[in-house]
Amino acid sequence: MSLAAVNDFVVKFANVNGSGSASANGMFAKSILRMGVPVAARNIFPSNIQGLPTWYEVRVSEAGYLGRRGGGVELMVAMNPQTWDQDVASIEPGGYLFYDSSKPLPPAKFRNDIEVLGLPLTAICNAAYTDPRQRQLFKNIIYVGALAHLIGIEESVLETLVREEFGSKVALIDSNLKALAMGRDAAAENLAPIGLRMRRADKVGDRIYVEGNSAAALGAVYGGATVCAWYPITPSTSLAEAFTAHCQKLRTDPKTGEARYAVIQGEDEIASIGIVVGAGWNGARAFTCTSGPGVSLMQEFVGLSYFAEIPAVIFDVQRGGPSTGMPTRTQQSDVLLAAYASHGDTKHPLLFPEDPAECFDFGALAFDLADRLQTTVFVMLDLDIGMNEWLCRPFRWDDSRKLDRGKVMTYDDLETGKVFGRYLDVDGDGIAYRTLPGVHPERGAYFTRGTSRDPYARYSEEGPVYVANMQRLLKKFETAKTLIPAPVARPAKRRTPHGAVYFGSTTPAMHEALDLLEAQGVHVDGLRVRGFPFNDEVMAFIEAHETVFVVEQNRDAQLRTLIMVEGGVDPAKLVPVLGYDGSPITARFITDEISRRMQGSSVTPTPQAAE
Amino acid sequence: MTYITKPRLHHPLLQPNALGFTRRDYEGKVSTLCAGCGHDSISAAIIQAAYELDLPPHRLAKLSGIGCSSKTPDYFLGNSHGFNSVHGRMPSVLTGANAANRELIYLGVSGDGDSASIGLGQFAHSIRRSVNMTYIVENNGVYGLTKGQFSATSDPGSKSKRGVVNHDQSIDLVGLALQLGASFVARSFSGDKAQLVPLIKAAISHKGASFIDVISPCVQFNNHVGSTKSFDYVREHNAAMNRLDFIEPRAEITVDYAPGEVEVVKQHDGSILRLRKVAPDYDPTDKISAITHLQLHQMRGEVVTGLLYVEPDAADLHDHLHTVQTPLNQLDDAELIPGSLALDAINDSLR
Ligand SMILES: Cc1ncc(C[n+]2csc(CCOP(=O)(O)OP(=O)(O)O)c2C)c(N)n1
Ligand code: SF4
Ligand SMILES: [Mg+2]
Repeated sequence: MSLAAVNDFVVKFANVNGSGSASANGMFAKSILRMGVPVAARNIFPSNIQGLPTWYEVRVSEAGYLGRRGGGVELMVAMNPQTWDQDVASIEPGGYLFYDSSKPLPPAKFRNDIEVLGLPLTAICNAAYTDPRQRQLFKNIIYVGALAHLIGIEESVLETLVREEFGSKVALIDSNLKALAMGRDAAAENLAPIGLRMRRADKVGDRIYVEGNSAAALGAVYGGATVCAWYPITPSTSLAEAFTAHCQKLRTDPKTGEARYAVIQGEDEIASIGIVVGAGWNGARAFTCTSGPGVSLMQEFVGLSYFAEIPAVIFDVQRGGPSTGMPTRTQQSDVLLAAYASHGDTKHPLLFPEDPAECFDFGALAFDLADRLQTTVFVMLDLDIGMNEWLCRPFRWDDSRKLDRGKVMTYDDLETGKVFGRYLDVDGDGIAYRTLPGVHPERGAYFTRGTSRDPYARYSEEGPVYVANMQRLLKKFETAKTLIPAPVARPAKRRTPHGAVYFGSTTPAMHEALDLLEAQGVHVDGLRVRGFPFNDEVMAFIEAHETVFVVEQNRDAQLRTLIMVEGGVDPAKLVPVLGYDGSPITARFITDEISRRMQGSSVTPTPQAAE
Repeated sequence: MTYITKPRLHHPLLQPNALGFTRRDYEGKVSTLCAGCGHDSISAAIIQAAYELDLPPHRLAKLSGIGCSSKTPDYFLGNSHGFNSVHGRMPSVLTGANAANRELIYLGVSGDGDSASIGLGQFAHSIRRSVNMTYIVENNGVYGLTKGQFSATSDPGSKSKRGVVNHDQSIDLVGLALQLGASFVARSFSGDKAQLVPLIKAAISHKGASFIDVISPCVQFNNHVGSTKSFDYVREHNAAMNRLDFIEPRAEITVDYAPGEVEVVKQHDGSILRLRKVAPDYDPTDKISAITHLQLHQMRGEVVTGLLYVEPDAADLHDHLHTVQTPLNQLDDAELIPGSLALDAINDSLR
């Protein structure tokens, strides 16, 4: 029996990296959105530029599930001979295999419980084009045309996308439309209709489709960041590049053409964070973006920022560690690294955006928090959010909002004789006033150093002075709890002693899992944590439940550790659910793990199966 | 309060400058360095230079790394903001500060350990980025603060206080700075205030990356026979290429020199560098010959000092980045936030 489904299936493209498939596959995903049906598309790619396998998984879900579902795929577009066997094996029974049939393959290369859809793509291209690069590129467009025919993507939708993509380049529009038509015609002539269908719907609404890195960078623009210092590292590179591109459009002085921003590519991550700290000290909003290896190198400066109380923002786009490990795989494995970065007693606010819309919000908020708290704030993205396009609500900005520059003493404050003690807690919230260099000819200058100083920034090595300062920093961290965005609850339909805590890119898969569990009669209250230090609501939620599953994408249950340590929570109460093989966690994995634990069958977590 | 108003004495030496500040107004806390440490003389030279330049103290920011040398910014310009950052990383912090506010004067103070070992990379990259700064290395050939280990500027063959001989090649920061594109390069000696003060003044007035390597003997760990960074050694081997008179913009030029005796260089801000030649064939505006000359003299064991290179019309980091004239830290919300209309358009483009 062949599978039949409308607006609810997974299509996976297996390609060779560097073959130009990315834009064609992207067009396929976007055409589904344009039909009003939500899509979640994810790249799974190696770090090489050319030659190695790469996959693109497109989940079509009218119900709006945007996490990875898990399990096999309904339609495999197998364009990479190297990964053929594994690709064919990953098709659901009754699913479809679309492939290039130009070269005959022995029957053993197929399965008999799937439907095989072969088109001689290479032969078609060789007949139509002479240039090898064109043969290669248009092959991708031709298969998109064929697939569109097979599953019923409207012709006009693809045509519009092509026109938008190429704008005024008429020749390119024509040649792409021609290639699409070639694919469509070949499929119409040679293949029978299949059971997977697209039907126009109205489930996308005003949502946008964007990468988290670009969204976070735009957030930084709106948050008033003017200095970006960075060192290239996957998967964070596109954040700095997006910031540059956004600024070129949005922050260029219309009259003079001059830049209201400075982007400096550092010689390494130490220099990058040093530049950020220097700029923050001098009153500009500054950030760096990096990944785990970079955060490792930045440790000393993060500690300096903590003790000298200098605003800084770090976007950590997390990947699988270590440096030579899984640079192009996703994880949430820098939670502890970031929370406790540096030597000495230090801890830092973290923000956990769930999708690009929140990357934008937190991208802007981080700068207000850093200025208000005079410390480093981490925005914890990951490769999944950062480098994949996600469907999310549109970006919003309230024009009445002002940048919160925190406690900065002005010339007038100093002139009127306000007492200035750089590390003096005058308001009782643990946050002291700072001054910026150049503020006043005679007042307000101070000498910045790590510790070894009294509330007036005078040198002191006395124990009690040190302790008092460290206590004030703790008080400041308490203040931070009230400023970190509150968690978002997703209550079960019934009262339940079971809760689940999760964060970041795990959210869509988690929400689907909660629905699946509910369908099985398993009720779990969900709580999405949005930052650290944990607000009182987080602790109240844990207090209110007998068992709390802590779902995250790392091996060591890092968020769980943080909750245990910072909240003094009994470890027995917090059950880890951990998917950390480098591909985004799936709804089915979470569902299986939680229901297995509910049955009390096992206590040791099993990792998500590698694929 | 973090500033201390010192009693104003009516001492004849405490003449106010054009801004009404006395030399004292440019002083800092009392130094905690060893008595006789070369670094203290450099602090005194910085104070003198700032005083003579009529510099508003709050318009200068002083940044340093870690080391005895890096502690010194606490001992001068007490009315300037200072930042004692982390070991070897002053250049990046200064770069960031400069990016944030292009209008202040940035003075980076470092040691030879700070800049030639742990911070060699940052030294190099801040210079090749043409950050507008005055970068002073207080070079004593040892790690003073950690008690006398060889630094990377120790010359091969020089002996430690305990008699250990250094076999590693030394890093010549002046040579590196020249290669890396510093537009003002000088070397001086902490014991030669007459040479050092005008160099600092000229460096501060210079637009672009100014680098001054100041040999600054460590009396505690590196002032013995066998050291090439001792007071005696440097005095004996000092080969000054020129003597600099720094003339502020708008100042009247009163003395005339015979042709060929002086070289006159006009800097970006209008200040004039008048170089009285000591080595007749040394031309500090010709980089290639400067490099050759330096190497030649250094091979003979001489310590070449003076203004070694100047490119008066250099561009700086902000020119390269094409940043607005208003300091980035002073842009207001309207200049920074594109607003909701622009955001709507972006949203539309993402559908
Ligand atoms: C990361 C780090 N490593 C090591 C040190 C210890 N340390 C402090 S000062 C110093 C050397 C300073 O030498 P130099 O820069 O030549 O300064 P000097 O004391 O000679 O003026 C070292 C190694 C440190 N502070 N930080
Ligand atoms: S140890 Fe050397 S460098 Fe440090 S203060 Fe003493 S003399 Fe100066
Ligand atoms: Mg030294």
